[in-house]
Amino acid sequence: MSVSAPTTDFDLLPFAGEHHEELPFIRKYIFSTDHKVIARQFLFLSLFFLVVGGLLAAMIRWQLGFPGQPMPGGDVLPDTMAPGGIILPEFYNALVTMHATFMIFFAIMPLLVGVFGNLLIPLQVGAPDMAFPRLNMASFWLAVPAGVLMLASFAVEGGASGAGWTAYAPLSASGEWTGVYLGQQLWLASLFILGFSSIAGSVNYVTTVINMRAPGLTWLRLPLATWALFITAWLILLAMPILAGALIMLLFDQTIGTAFFRPEVGGEPLLWQHLFWYFGHPEVYILIVPAMGIASEVVSNGSRKPVFGYHSMVLAICGIAFLGWIVWGHHMFMSGMNPMLGTTFMVTTMLIAVPSAIKVFNWLGTMWKGNIHLHTPFLHGAGFVSLFIIGGLSGVFMAATPVDIQIHDTYFIVAHIHYVLFGGSLLAIFAGITFWYPKFFGRIMNEFWGKVHFVLTFILYNVVFFPMHSLGVQGMMRRLYDPYQYEIFADMLPLNRFISIALFALVVVQVIFALNFILSLRSEKVGPNPWKANSLEWAVPSPPPHGNFQHMPVVYRGPYEYSLPGAEEDYILQTEPDEEAEPAERSVEPATR
Amino acid sequence: MNWLLPPSYSTFGPDIDRMYYIILVITGVIFVVTEVLLVYFLIKYRKREGHKAEYIEGSTKAEIIWTAVPAVIVVAIGLMSAGLWADIKDPSRFPAGSYELILNGRQFEWEATYAGADGVLETADDFTLLNQINVPVDRPVTVHLRAEDVLHSFFLPDMRVKQDAVPGMSIPVWFEATTPGEYTIGCAELCGLGHYTMNGLLVVQTEPEFEQWESEQQVAALEALERESPLPGATASVPDAANTARTSGGATEE
Repeated sequence: MSVSAPTTDFDLLPFAGEHHEELPFIRKYIFSTDHKVIARQFLFLSLFFLVVGGLLAAMIRWQLGFPGQPMPGGDVLPDTMAPGGIILPEFYNALVTMHATFMIFFAIMPLLVGVFGNLLIPLQVGAPDMAFPRLNMASFWLAVPAGVLMLASFAVEGGASGAGWTAYAPLSASGEWTGVYLGQQLWLASLFILGFSSIAGSVNYVTTVINMRAPGLTWLRLPLATWALFITAWLILLAMPILAGALIMLLFDQTIGTAFFRPEVGGEPLLWQHLFWYFGHPEVYILIVPAMGIASEVVSNGSRKPVFGYHSMVLAICGIAFLGWIVWGHHMFMSGMNPMLGTTFMVTTMLIAVPSAIKVFNWLGTMWKGNIHLHTPFLHGAGFVSLFIIGGLSGVFMAATPVDIQIHDTYFIVAHIHYVLFGGSLLAIFAGITFWYPKFFGRIMNEFWGKVHFVLTFILYNVVFFPMHSLGVQGMMRRLYDPYQYEIFADMLPLNRFISIALFALVVVQVIFALNFILSLRSEKVGPNPWKANSLEWAVPSPPPHGNFQHMPVVYRGPYEYSLPGAEEDYILQTEPDEEAEPAERSVEPATR
Repeated sequence: MNWLLPPSYSTFGPDIDRMYYIILVITGVIFVVTEVLLVYFLIKYRKREGHKAEYIEGSTKAEIIWTAVPAVIVVAIGLMSAGLWADIKDPSRFPAGSYELILNGRQFEWEATYAGADGVLETADDFTLLNQINVPVDRPVTVHLRAEDVLHSFFLPDMRVKQDAVPGMSIPVWFEATTPGEYTIGCAELCGLGHYTMNGLLVVQTEPEFEQWESEQQVAALEALERESPLPGATASVPDAANTARTSGGATEE
């Protein structure tokens, strides 16, 4: 069947079959406009920050498990942080602030959005590249200086921000309360720049999905990973400007004496919290929705079954994204806002359990009566489901306002956020990296070591974070440099020490993943479709060439037709013509543009 | 691992705890059912050679069930919580005739202000306590919570009380202790590098003990006032921020 590609949108973006000039090294690998190269750049950048965030976590746990004792290797740190290896209170506050900042903004968010958004969207919609390749390049090259500024804040006088990743005013609004002046300003400037990076990426994702879907690729034939990333891009587009506005206001309070959030000159501290969480709660879903999309892909592929209830999965993603805009007040139940407003936010927050439950049951339904291949991506996907269940259920406790009185700002919250962002998002990221490694590098990661890494990570993860629920129920507050100052927490030292040791082991176990990732770069090359999957990225070589597809692909079916009755294999590519369909349906009209 | 709440010693403590245990049971059941199903499916439907998965695209009936059931459960939890929350936090529903005091958070201490012999707060004969609050048992206490510099959060884990203190606001918090004894005051909001040291002592006394303690303090405050007079503003310990506290929304006093 011959297909003539429409020439309107695509003039500047040739498919692989068309003529290409060989690009010089710097255009090919550094200032590249190829979405796959940009995805790899984001991958290396965010894995680097994942390591940074992990090391900061280990230092936090050292102080909580071995308070006031010299940290092994800690004497390399300057005396302003840890004289003789003993962590200072101001450095501890910087640690908790920067651990969260790096993990949320520089590791998990770019891993999900920058890496998988870039790699998957053009491939899964059958496009030669993003709609705006240069803007896409700018997106990466804005993230780099943002990361450099954030790292540099450790080295300036007064150290890095110690006001928490939430930067609650007035603590964050003036250096007089923390002794951190330039560090806090660098924090604000860095996130401001990173916001532009995210917006540039999201404009691309939205435009690419709407305008560049291959002929036949209707909205309800889109893989759920792309659906999730599409919805996430909308969340970023709408949420980031709010953060940017709030950051600028706080920066002005810090530097030129405005009074947005400083009460001593008439400012309103609660305004910061409203603005921050009006961005911050959608941000939470920016960090979990793409992970849900990835989990759907690997669970369906491993189960060799269609995603159970594809339509309700799409609706659930949209529902979560919508509800994400009207729940921000649940972060502020204890803040001093009108308590009756708290009741409203409790109800909307509770409702999020509904689409979350739909997703969980649909994942279980996908596995039901499957023919489950326990490959590494599937294992991580199943791990994601099991830990997301815990993170979702623990959310109900905090949503119930009276119960939140006891557990707000305690280790219960720390447990919850890590069940969602580590047990949830990071396991999905491991699933995604393993699953699409062939599309990144043309090779496949070692399955045995992948499984070893999964099993050890899954066990140690739960050993670290599950007991934190218990600490929180007992009332142990978070962000305490030395919780044992409190008599009632003194007997929690042994449990904290146990958690810390397990965390050190969890960090060490990640070396297995790192080695597997690096050594697999040298393994044997693989074909286009090593996982026997259906969506368009598996119809092209691994890694796909510049321009991705030889010619514009034509889509005839949904992305999850695994084990289709009558089909020879238990998978069938979306480009496989549907013999039974009416000829009219098989015509190659371009998808709605 | 301990999922049990520590004992509570306030009138609404048991209600909060009951709500917690209701949610613990509901979520516990869902947790066990879903995780067991997950593991069961992984074993039961694991790969068998020559076997093909069943081609099932979904089930509208199932979707309706697992949309409706969680919705009913969470709405029920929400309704149960709403009334209790209002009883604890809504100033218009605070019990009448409570004992009142002012608590001011600052880096890194709590300062309590009690009415002097005139029984009126924010007058010259007030007396103050640092990092300690004494309250009578079996009588509602209203704490007018303020902050001088940054956010703090007034946390009484044994009383199930938590409320952020916000500079520029005066937020009323009430509780009624049921058992005399000494309990913990904590700060639950990161407030700077001494945040972890910002703890204090809540002393719950029997009515006679409290009255005796209160009158001793009032007498001492009067004596100190006389010694220092005619200096005006002997209550300089009541900070300006507190005097200028303004109102905002229903969370604050009129």
